[in-house]
Formats: sequence, C-alpha cells, structure tokens
Amino acid sequence: MSARASLTTEHTIDRAGRGVSRVYGLRSQAPLVLRPTHPKSAEPFTRHATNVARVSLTSGAAGPLGGDHFELEVRVGRGSTLVLNEVSATLLLPGARGGLSQMRITITVEDDATLVWLPEPVIAAEHCNHVQDIDVALGTSSRLLMRDELQLGRHREPPGNLTQRIRVRRVGRPLFQQQLTVGPATPKWRSSAVGGGHKSLGTVLVVDPDWGGDPPSARILAHGAAMFPLAGPAVLISALADDTLTTRRLLDRGVAHLGDPWASEAAAAPSA
Amino acid sequence: MTPNAALLLLADGRLPAGGYAHSGGFEPTARLQGLNDAAALEDFLEGRVTTSGFVAAAFAAAACAAAHAGNIGRLGQLDPELDARMPSPAVRAVSRALGRQLLRVITRIHPHPVLATLDPHAHQPTVFGAAAASFDLSPQDAALAVLHETITGPASAAVKVLSLDPYEVHSALARLTGLLDELAVRAAAHALDDPDQLPADASPLLDIAAEHHRSWDVRLFAS
Amino acid sequence: MTDTHDTPRTRSLRLGVAGPVGTGKSSVIAMLCRKLNEEFTMGVITNDIYTDEDARFLRSAGVLPSERIRAVETGACPHTAIRDDVTMNLLAVEDLEKDFAPLDIVLVESGGDNLTATFSPALVDAQIFVLDVAGGGDVARKGGPGIARADLLLVNKIDLAEYVEVDVEQMVKDAQSARDGRPVLALSKKMPDTVEALCEWVRQLHAAHSRGVHTPTDPGPMAPHFHATDEGGYEHSHESGDSSGEHAHH
Ligand SMILES: Nc1nc2c(ncn2[C@@H]2O[C@H](COP(=O)(O)OP(=O)(O)O)[C@@H](O)[C@H]2O)c(=O)[nH]1
Ligand SMILES: [Mg+2]
Repeated sequence: MSARASLTTEHTIDRAGRGVSRVYGLRSQAPLVLRPTHPKSAEPFTRHATNVARVSLTSGAAGPLGGDHFELEVRVGRGSTLVLNEVSATLLLPGARGGLSQMRITITVEDDATLVWLPEPVIAAEHCNHVQDIDVALGTSSRLLMRDELQLGRHREPPGNLTQRIRVRRVGRPLFQQQLTVGPATPKWRSSAVGGGHKSLGTVLVVDPDWGGDPPSARILAHGAAMFPLAGPAVLISALADDTLTTRRLLDRGVAHLGDPWASEAAAAPSA
Repeated sequence: MTPNAALLLLADGRLPAGGYAHSGGFEPTARLQGLNDAAALEDFLEGRVTTSGFVAAAFAAAACAAAHAGNIGRLGQLDPELDARMPSPAVRAVSRALGRQLLRVITRIHPHPVLATLDPHAHQPTVFGAAAASFDLSPQDAALAVLHETITGPASAAVKVLSLDPYEVHSALARLTGLLDELAVRAAAHALDDPDQLPADASPLLDIAAEHHRSWDVRLFAS
Repeated sequence: MTDTHDTPRTRSLRLGVAGPVGTGKSSVIAMLCRKLNEEFTMGVITNDIYTDEDARFLRSAGVLPSERIRAVETGACPHTAIRDDVTMNLLAVEDLEKDFAPLDIVLVESGGDNLTATFSPALVDAQIFVLDVAGGGDVARKGGPGIARADLLLVNKIDLAEYVEVDVEQMVKDAQSARDGRPVLALSKKMPDTVEALCEWVRQLHAAHSRGVHTPTDPGPMAPHFHATDEGGYEHSHESGDSSGEHAHH
C-alpha cells in the first residue's frame, strides 16, 4: 500500500489582530491521517508561544507492513509555529509476502518558523524490514525540536531489520546526520560500541539559532545518556535504556536542562 | 605496481602521529559496561569498525579520490559532513587533533602540494585520504589504513586497560582481517559519492562514553 | 624540524625536565617560574600519566597565569611522548609559543617514568634530569642516558640527605664522573643558594640559545656510552666563569 500525507502552516493575523499560525494544506491518505488537535500534555517550547498550530498524526492501527510505502511532507511556513505529535506508537510489522516497508519524511522549516515534532516510539517487531528516512531542511533562523525513539522488538522479542536515516541541513549545510541499522542483518548492532543490547534508544535534537556558536555544553545524563552540543547552534540529547519509559525520562531530563524556551513546564519544575 | 610499502608505512602504529595516547573509546566503554576479556574487546572492535570506523574509512576514500583529482573544493566539504556525523564534541575534538598530528607528520616526512591545501585542523579521515593520495595509494588503500587503525588503536590500549594477554588480543585482530578487507571495498565504493550521501553509521554508546571519559579526573588514555 | 629556521625571538628556549616520579620535576618548574618570572616570559607543558595533576599543581601554585600551563595526555606512554613520537608535545609547545608570543622559555615536564626516559632533540633544545637523594646515593653512579648526558643533572632534596643517609658530596662526585664533566647541581628548595645556582644555569643557557650558539644534543634513549660527535655536541661558550653557569662541553 502507498500513502502520502502533507501539511503546511503559515503565519497570519486573525480577526482580533493577533498573529496566529494557520494550517492550510492538510492532506491525508489512509492510513496516514493528519488532524488539527489540542495540546496533548506538557510540551516543550510553547509555554510562551501563543500562535501555535497543533496537528496530530495517526498511521493506522498497525503501522507500516512489509510492502507499504508511506510519505509525509511537512512545511512550516515563515514565522509560524507547529507542534506535530502522534496519537500512538508506530508498530513495524512484516508483510504477508515479506518485502520492505518504507517511511519517507520530508520537513522544511522556513525562516523564523518553529517545529516541535514529538512522534511516539517506533517499535520494530520481529521480522519487520523497514527503512525510515527523515530529511529536515532548516533556514538560518528556523527552530526545531525533534524527538525520535525506537523500541527494538516488542516484549521479549528480538527486532526485525530497521534502518533509520536522519539528515538535518541548515541553509544547505550539514548539521546532523546519522544512520542506525539494527536487527539480525546487522548483528554488530549489539556491540558495546554501538547499542550494547539496549532495547530502547532515542534522541532529541534541538536547533536554536539564538545559541549561535555556543550551544549548551556537554552533559552526562546517565550511564547511557548524554547531551552533546553539535558543531552549530544545536544540541543532541541521546539516550539508551532497557525500556521506552526510561528513555523518555532521560530525554526529558536533557530537555529540562535547556531551560527557556525549550523546557516544558512539567520538565522545568524541580523533579519530584 | 601497487605502492604496498607506502600503505604499510601509513598504517603503521609507530608513525609518530600521537595515536598511542588514545583508546578509541575502549577505556570508558570497558569501565562503563564492565568489559573484562578478549571476547568483549573483539565485540567492541567489531561494533566500532562497522560504524564509526566504516564512516571514517568512506571519508578517507572520498578524500583520497578528491586529492587524486585535485578537487580541493570537495576536500573542503568533507570536514563539515564529518562534524555532522559526530555528535559528541569530545569525539570531534579527538578526530581533529589526530588529523592535525597526522598532517604535521606527513608534511614533514613526505611533503606534497595537496597537503598544503588542507585545513590544519582537518579531521583525521580527511588527512588520511589526502596522505594516501600523496603516496599514490588508492581510495581503497586509504580506507583499509583507517580501518586498521580503528581496531589496532583500541586493541593495544586494551592490553593496558584490562591487562589482556597480547596473544589473545592479536588473535582477535587476526580474525577481523577478513572483515576489514570487506569493509575497505565497501567504503571505497563511496569514494565518489556526493558528500551528503556518504555513510553516517552511528555508534551512540561510543559518543556517550566519550563524554563520560572527558569528565573523569583520572584516565589512562586521552580518548 | 622546520623550527630550526625560526629566529630566537619567535621561538622560545625549549627546556625539558625529566626524571623519575617524585624527584621534584614539578617543584623545579614551579621554582624556575617563580624566580625567573621577572626576567623571562615563560610557559609550561606537562605530560601526565593518569591525570592533569601536574598542570593543576602548577596552576594552583600560581607561578604563572594558568592559561600558560597546558597538559598533554600521553596515554600511559610518557617516554613515547618525549622520545619516539613527540608530535603531540611539539604541537603543544608551538601552540603555546604562538598564543603567548613572544615566550622566552617553555618548560616541558616529562611524565616521570624511569631512569631511561630522555627527551628527543626534536622536541627540546636542552634538558634537565632530576634525581633526588631519597632515591639513594647509588642511583647517580648507576648512570643511564639521562644521568649521563642531560645538559644538567640535579641532585634534589639535599635537605633530606641526613635522614636518608646519603652523602651528597659523594653522590655529586659519582654523578660527575658518570657525566664526563657535564654539570651537576645539588639542589634543595629550602636552600636559596642552590636555587640561585639553578636559575643562573638557566640564564646562561637562555643567553647561549638566544645567540644561537647552543645546539641541542641527544642523550640517546639507551646508550649510556654514546659519545657526542662534533655535530651533536655543545658549541656554546662559557664566558661567565660562574661555576653554577658551567655548561657541558666535550
Ligand atoms: N624536602 C624536600 N622536598 C621536596 C623538594 N623538592 C620537591 N620536594 C617534594 O617532593 C615531592 C614530589 O615533588 P614533585 O615536584 O611533585 O615531583 P615530580 O613527580 O618529579 O614532579 C613533593 O612532595 C615535593 O614537595 C626539596 O627540595 N626538598
Ligand atoms: Mg610532576
């Protein structure tokens, strides 16, 4: 099955004369469904922002099966702010006739625009065979917070093959690029140098032009988690753990250290 | 005739380029994950060489091809791409320090115009590739030299960190020779890729370990 | 190295300080910085084995602005870092010379290893080898490349001699005979005249270096009976006549 969904936001002035972010090109194709939504829970960045558009993605009850080709295209127009979240985790399953499933996500964040992208974990079930490509293009003054979490196999299950490529470029220049390959086709994934047999891993990438050449400094968050200033106005928070809840907690802890405007209200509060 | 002897010179750990001070992330990984034998070392080496080692090898191959073609512009594109593939600032700093040291040595022992075009703080794979080209070596040779260094550095560090039996350590290295040759061929296949298409295989635990290591007061190795 | 083209103004006198752990290398460096601070602008490179403790000690001693003290990590191979593979140290010295130009003297402390570790002439112009009386009176007689051929041998901590039952005079004599007349100084940080003698030696060396008449020599890593050739030997003169300023010659 093939499905494409896309979405565009723009900054406009509403009837009361306030600046707002408006969603104007929302196209869904089952099972990829995009819907305007309301704040889900404490979210980063938006604490002080009033002009936020919120959209939520569903990718069907059982997400990409072998043979599926999904594409999502997001454009956050100049000056607008979009929070894109997801209704539930994505479960990658093998298809009836095997074959590769693919998800291609192309994101453009224009100047003075902000994207807060908070998908739920991607779960690589046994025998899945999936490739995910995420391509993000940023302008000089674009902001981004992008979370990404993988769970390798369901409960007590080894993962199938999953390749994930993330590529973030800023005004055409490379900012962050990495490929993760896990599963039986890449046994060295479990090496102590790579994934160490952890069942869950995740990253949060935050790009904030206000940091200039001096992003928040490196910080150790746990044995298997750290925050890295990239070679640009950006940080990567990276965590590996045995379950997705722990990974999420470590990532949130990292975001909390970023302070205003990135920390969510909940995360910024002193931890209990 | 292939300049095999030059390849051996370039890959030799005795080349005075400061590699001996580094464990390639093995020291922190051994402590953080409680590694304590040669099997654990071998597992570490395989993970490192198939991820960050492979990326470094592909970039060295690309640098070598660019240097052969006299394509200075392309050589200059490689370092920002490598930066984007190294989230850990400690890893980036080490890669550039090792590159600088290697450039210094090669410039002294075997001056060549292409070396003068490099950023003095270029990443190690970039310098490796250009140095290989200066000896008329192929992109695949450059990749192999980098892969060799990717595993021999941590292996000799492991002998000190874990007091491992050097014979066992070298048995592991011997078993990995086939993998190295195979990876060198694959890395060299990327020699002409667009820079943004070059491999980017991540080693997230190595990145995290590098920052742990930086924060320690007492350590045997610089990385 | 290419650096031999550098003029004495842009290139400092690079002075190595080697010797076993605990003999007083860091203390000697701190002492030199403190005493010669007014006359020379100086920088320090330390080579620690496990930590940057030496650099920290020197910074906390407050003898130099802390940014002029830099640590090089040698991966548990301190002898390699000053002998077989000096690249890291060389770059560190050059960076220091560039960042704080003009420096008169850069002191390089080796990560005290053993009696055989000496500096390569590719890294330093001259070197001091430090022994102490606590190591026993015999050490000097036993020799070794550092003891035999360093530009200066220090027998340190002579204030402790009576407690460890070492005859300082004899130890100095033994050292001298192991060194073909190259200078030996007895030193204690508690005896100002010995400290002054050391400072004077450094002044003389710096003067010779500035005039371009000091040529680095190589003690050789493992060759206690090596004899300096005409090209490798000393060529500077000794106008001063002050015995503390005596330089080795062949
Ligand atoms: N009594 C005495 N102790 C000294 C003298 N010089 C150094 N020390 C002490 O010897 C110890 C080792 O000195 P240090 O400079 O750290 O040695 P290094 O390992 O060679 O750098 C320290 O406790 C010093 O205070 C001295 O002249 N007399
Ligand atoms: Mg010391």
